[in-house]
Amino acid sequence: MITLAHFLTLGAALFCIAVAGIFINRKNVITLLMAIELMLLAVNTNFVAFSRWLGDPGGQVFVFFILTVAAAEAAIGLAILVVLFRNRATINVTEIDSMKG
Amino acid sequence: MIQFNPDDLTTLLPEIFLLGATFAILLVDLFIKPDRRDLTHWLSLAAIAVTAWFVWQGAPAAGASVPAFDGMFLRDGVSTVLKLFVLLTTALVFAYSRDYLRQRKLFVGEFYLLLLFATLGTMLLVSAGNLVTIFLGLELLTLSSYALVALNRDSPISAEAAIKYFVLGSLASGMLLYGMSMIYGATGSLDLATIQSAATSASPHRTLLAFGLVFLVIGATFKLGAAPFHMWLPDVYQGAPTSVTLFIGSVSKLGAFALAWRLLEGAMGGMSEHWTQMLALLAVVSLAVGNLFAIAQTNLKRMLAYSTISHVGFLLLGFVGGTPDGYAAAMFYMISYALMAAVAFGMIMLLARAGFEAEEIDDFKGLNRRNPWYAGVMAAAMFSLAGVPPLIGFFAKLMVLKAAIDAGQLWLAIVAIVFAIVGLYYYLRVVKVMYFDAPDDDAPLALPRDRGFRWTLSLNGIALLALGLAWGPLLDWCNEAMRVGSSIAP
Repeated sequence: MITLAHFLTLGAALFCIAVAGIFINRKNVITLLMAIELMLLAVNTNFVAFSRWLGDPGGQVFVFFILTVAAAEAAIGLAILVVLFRNRATINVTEIDSMKG
Repeated sequence: MIQFNPDDLTTLLPEIFLLGATFAILLVDLFIKPDRRDLTHWLSLAAIAVTAWFVWQGAPAAGASVPAFDGMFLRDGVSTVLKLFVLLTTALVFAYSRDYLRQRKLFVGEFYLLLLFATLGTMLLVSAGNLVTIFLGLELLTLSSYALVALNRDSPISAEAAIKYFVLGSLASGMLLYGMSMIYGATGSLDLATIQSAATSASPHRTLLAFGLVFLVIGATFKLGAAPFHMWLPDVYQGAPTSVTLFIGSVSKLGAFALAWRLLEGAMGGMSEHWTQMLALLAVVSLAVGNLFAIAQTNLKRMLAYSTISHVGFLLLGFVGGTPDGYAAAMFYMISYALMAAVAFGMIMLLARAGFEAEEIDDFKGLNRRNPWYAGVMAAAMFSLAGVPPLIGFFAKLMVLKAAIDAGQLWLAIVAIVFAIVGLYYYLRVVKVMYFDAPDDDAPLALPRDRGFRWTLSLNGIALLALGLAWGPLLDWCNEAMRVGSSIAP
């Protein structure tokens, strides 16, 4: 029997992987974008699980909005990435450090 | 089940008008020649003015909170005050930016459209009565801001600032959403008023609530820029075009204040004993990090970024009491900060020329000899940011300190005063450079042609003094709005 706790554990695991992906990742920015998407999907899992558990459709409606915003966010993120690559010819996280202090 | 009520559209009139006007400006901008772009500028200002008139004219009576669409959207005193100042500061951004953008070949319709959309998002966020509206308003604001930071496509530091802002901003949104999902699970509702009545320490799902609350606090303070969640702020301030920095430093800070207030008081007010402790800690860290790091800066925009972090520390002092008077002091603080930041960044744009950003503190050397009036305006901004009477910044600091002492957090007020004195050093350094250093170039300052910019900037500088001398009405207005706003819940 799969219970609410299983879904919440899955959500928490996905969320932790996403946060770890953002902080540990030292290679390239595309991985960061993937981690951000994963983070939003972890939230969606939570919302759907709670929505089903509570018998309230509100959470599922919220998920639709999050999915739509995530698509817009990915578009803007990739657009910024293109601008960055044209200017710096690199998308390596460790090389994006011209501003310090 | 949500019933459609035509009166709800009247409640939303300012937002609907701004959206319609933005689309109209989008179409107009598409068909005009680049050398007639001034039309977009004036239309945008007109749209802002009419929206402000709708906000003012349809403001609910004192004490009332008018909900629309089943409580998704609230029109109350706080939303009226914040919306008017959001629109005012957006108008200031437009008024200050025209020559600056033109010199950098950035005078494009996108700037106006993205700013108008971001303003619309802020207005929605300010009036949100539901987690969904909070999220949508916030994302409309931040997604537009990401694109605005990258507006100067040929600048490597702008691109770098944009990607940093994007990644950390999305991380903050993710944290906020994760917190919201926990709160939803614990209370079974997305409506802020329902959450407020369900989320108390007596709730059977206390652990879940506390867990969600931590994420909400992290997400909200990330957006405000409180330390230790401030990493994005200095880079974004430095890398973005100055007109966009001005927007992020004023309008989106007002939005972030509304986000924190709606979430912490509007939804989680029943658990205030938990989040006030977290905010007190964040306030101390922000005051320390902001003021100490600002001392080491030579770049004025970066220094102002660290000064923002310390101001967020002060702002959080208003929250630690969890009382309407404290929130009113915090709102007063945020509004006066937005006006002060507008003068400081406006001065950077006044001195900037094509190919010259005027963003180093040394660029202000001997400004008094080159143009005493604008040196005075900049000095007023610096003294006000430092909190020297009789400028508005002093009374803003006074009110939040009073709020912290009323909350029984005397130690917090003492820490804040100590760091305010530390902060005096780097603000006065700018004043010293302007008045006592010899300029590299003795010629009088070549002022921009745009007369509207010069007059508005001067008026904005005078307003810092005028509001400092007569700060009562503005504070009373904030107090009255907060008493209304805090009585949403039964």
